[in-house]
Amino acid sequence: MDFFIQLFTDPVGFYNQHELLIAQIGINAILAISIFVTFYSGQLTLANAGFMAIGAYTTVIMSLYLPTPLPVDMLVGALLAAAIGFLVGLPVLRLRGVFLAIATIGFVEALRLGVILNLPITGEGQGLKNPSADPLGGIVPILISVPILTYLVWRLTHTRLGQAWAAIREDELAASSNGINVPAYKMVAFVISALVAGYAGALETHINFFVDPTEYSVTRTIQILTFAVVGGTTNVIGPIVGAVFLTALPEIVRQFAAYRDVVNGIILILVIIFRPQGIVGRGGLAIIAPRWWTRWRTRERAAAAH
Amino acid sequence: MTQQVLNAIFIGSIYALFAVGYTLVFGVLDVLNLAHSAVFMLGAVVTYSLVALHGMPFLPAAVIAILVCGLLGLLIEFVALRPLRRRNAPPISALISTIGLALIFVAIVEQATSGSLFSWLWQDGANSVRFPTGTVPNPTFHVAGLTIEGTKLGILVISVVLMLVLGYVMRFTQVGRALRAVAENRRAATLLGINVDRIFASTLFVSSALGGLAGLLFGLALSDISPYIGRDQVELKGLAVIVLGGMGSIPGAVLGGYLLGLIEVFAFVRFGSNIEAGVAFAALFLVLVLRPQGLFGARLRERL
Repeated sequence: MDFFIQLFTDPVGFYNQHELLIAQIGINAILAISIFVTFYSGQLTLANAGFMAIGAYTTVIMSLYLPTPLPVDMLVGALLAAAIGFLVGLPVLRLRGVFLAIATIGFVEALRLGVILNLPITGEGQGLKNPSADPLGGIVPILISVPILTYLVWRLTHTRLGQAWAAIREDELAASSNGINVPAYKMVAFVISALVAGYAGALETHINFFVDPTEYSVTRTIQILTFAVVGGTTNVIGPIVGAVFLTALPEIVRQFAAYRDVVNGIILILVIIFRPQGIVGRGGLAIIAPRWWTRWRTRERAAAAH
Repeated sequence: MTQQVLNAIFIGSIYALFAVGYTLVFGVLDVLNLAHSAVFMLGAVVTYSLVALHGMPFLPAAVIAILVCGLLGLLIEFVALRPLRRRNAPPISALISTIGLALIFVAIVEQATSGSLFSWLWQDGANSVRFPTGTVPNPTFHVAGLTIEGTKLGILVISVVLMLVLGYVMRFTQVGRALRAVAENRRAATLLGINVDRIFASTLFVSSALGGLAGLLFGLALSDISPYIGRDQVELKGLAVIVLGGMGSIPGAVLGGYLLGLIEVFAFVRFGSNIEAGVAFAALFLVLVLRPQGLFGARLRERL
């Protein structure tokens, strides 16, 4: 409760005290935007952690070995993530549903365990120290990026591109018979998602002193997925609300901090069962009548008819 | 080298046993049960706590743990899967709700410190635990220059026998026919008078019991036990196994399990331990892209 009181009565003090939390919320919001884009086009891809890793490692390696300014490093990191997203997307996006999810999981773990842990330049699993880390300065670009990216993606969903994504999501066959180039639009969504995830990874290195390969496992992607599911994916605000809510939750209810994963799991199950459209999103609760209830109702009705 | 192949067969048995349960649920329910690895972990943890913390002999403890895992399977069915089926939700929703359950299961063991509700489950403050030596007799054989531990041999025998039994049940019994009918076409099976909900519940029970057994064998002979053995050791590798063998195919999962064991050992011998970890996922990725029906699957729709 103190959390909210301070937020409203003393916003400056709140900001100073919770800077890291706010930065983390911002990063998670950007990641939520990243997974939203592929969700919106009807694809369950779980490669976001891998693209984050590419963005993060590229940024740090460039600032270690090249004299380029930091924004350039970050830009290159995000663009490289997008380029690799394109290459990975070429074979992978032919898959659908669960198979697509599994293939992208395979990509994330093959990248982390097979490549990052074995290259000398990435520190072989020891991680890398970031020379340009700046925990306090790093928060500003994050806070600026979140609303800009939100706006851009929100605009995007209202263009022809966004309409094509929605059409593919609702019915792929119908979309393609209406002349929508399904593979191309899917690829655009995947590459944009990779770009945003890579950017989030690059931003995150900026507030941490250290790039740790264990951060970029499938566990991370699943966390990002819960943001999207809990928030809802009908519009871009949903995943962001999910990210803010789930990141801040352990801080709000301190006494449950140890049981954070239990709480997260329960929330996830309750949302997917009773509110499939997420917290944000139209419509009420989905009511699932148990079988005895329907049976009882029909019996009542039969009795009334007599 | 022969010793390495032998090790590959032992670890492959665990992969196969784990993946058979995984693939059974996928074949019958069309759902990827991501809580399966948490059940695997609980199989090991429950047996451990009964043996080491409560002084029970090994065999009854193992039986209890396997039953507990089967009941957890029913919990998965009733909490995470059945409500979604009632609503005709897409299969992706079930994947997410089982992730939720997996989070809860892992966190329960993780937080089982003294004074908490589940403190009987875990040694206080331990990161990882081991069965006390002498829990089961472990004679070592030396045959033709190879060292064979008794427990590992036991794993091999138990898994092969169980998989043969499962194969027999699926092929030749009434229950197996009903299962295959449901997997083939749910609606037609309902029209034939098969109680589909009951089939789903028993599938989850059997699958989770097998997963729990795989977990306790793994903890007994191959590795330390921690709340993360499911997530780190078998969850994603199990995915690789069922993809290699063709999703939903039981013989495929068995072959895929042994194949993955062999691939890993060869990668280890050839390139060293660092590459070994990534090999499973590279294989998974390649198979999905090049041959999505799996290495042994003739057609994508043929199952079980």
